[in-house]
Amino acid sequence: MAVKSLAELEAIKNKVMNEVNLRTEREDGTRIVVGMATCGIAAGARPVMAAFVEEVAKRQLNNVIVQQTGCIGICRLEPIVEVYAPGKEKVTYVKMTPDKAARIVAEHIVNGQVVNEFTIGASEK
Amino acid sequence: MQDLSLNILDIAENSVRAKATLIEVEVFEDTDDDVLFFSVRDNGCGMDEEMLKKVTDPFTTTRTTRRVGLGIPLLKAAAEAAGGGVEISSMLNAGTFIKATFSYSNIDRQPLGDVGQTMSALICMNPDIDFCYKHTYDGAVFELDTRRLREILGAVSFGVPAVAQWISEYIEEGINNIYGGAE
Repeated sequence: MAVKSLAELEAIKNKVMNEVNLRTEREDGTRIVVGMATCGIAAGARPVMAAFVEEVAKRQLNNVIVQQTGCIGICRLEPIVEVYAPGKEKVTYVKMTPDKAARIVAEHIVNGQVVNEFTIGASEK
Repeated sequence: MQDLSLNILDIAENSVRAKATLIEVEVFEDTDDDVLFFSVRDNGCGMDEEMLKKVTDPFTTTRTTRRVGLGIPLLKAAAEAAGGGVEISSMLNAGTFIKATFSYSNIDRQPLGDVGQTMSALICMNPDIDFCYKHTYDGAVFELDTRRLREILGAVSFGVPAVAQWISEYIEEGINNIYGGAE
């Protein structure tokens, strides 16, 4: 019934497999972690997560993964996203939106510039 | 929770935290019979009878365990406000089943929302868990079993962004189809 074919998925798999084989330092990727407990979901974490996946896929950032976690403990600042880049300190972004997610991928994940205005530090000033 | 798809995500997250390896989500809509229900079945750690009795009470549950919290009380309120209700059954070390029913046309029924995004979030954020999804709208059915996708993917994870994006588009398209086609 669906027009999208499973053959397409197989092609994606083969492409990913080839890239993994070429890359030696797979563990050295960046992790984007979205809080998905009741508080996060109610505050809008799901579209934020989807926006990260879409941006990362669109830019073919194959060393970046998007993950979820439970309640981070500061529910009033949800949706909360933490970025773990190898060799860098964790960065916590708060009150996230899909638009903010797109900027974080472009500026922080791709270019290494933390988007200070969205961080927990800026929010609590 | 603004819509039912967010409730589904929240309830299924309980299954994730219950260490389920298989989570089955069903959404059933029948406008002629004026019914909408969704259910989540898992093979996780389950609850004992004492816990099961308390699970819809926000004040008891939040303090007793972190596994449930406000999610089920919010869902119960949403269902009862829309001419329906919630049933839960569970067995310790066997799994939990939860079903929420609504009167389809009730003015207080929350919209279903983007249930496709809920499913792709669950699948791609929990690449080691298998999900079955069945969505029926007035007799038209969309079904997805991640075990089938896993056969194709082999060692490649659902968490890989390119794969995640494909899954999200695949589900979106499947759901559009049961609603009567392209949009």
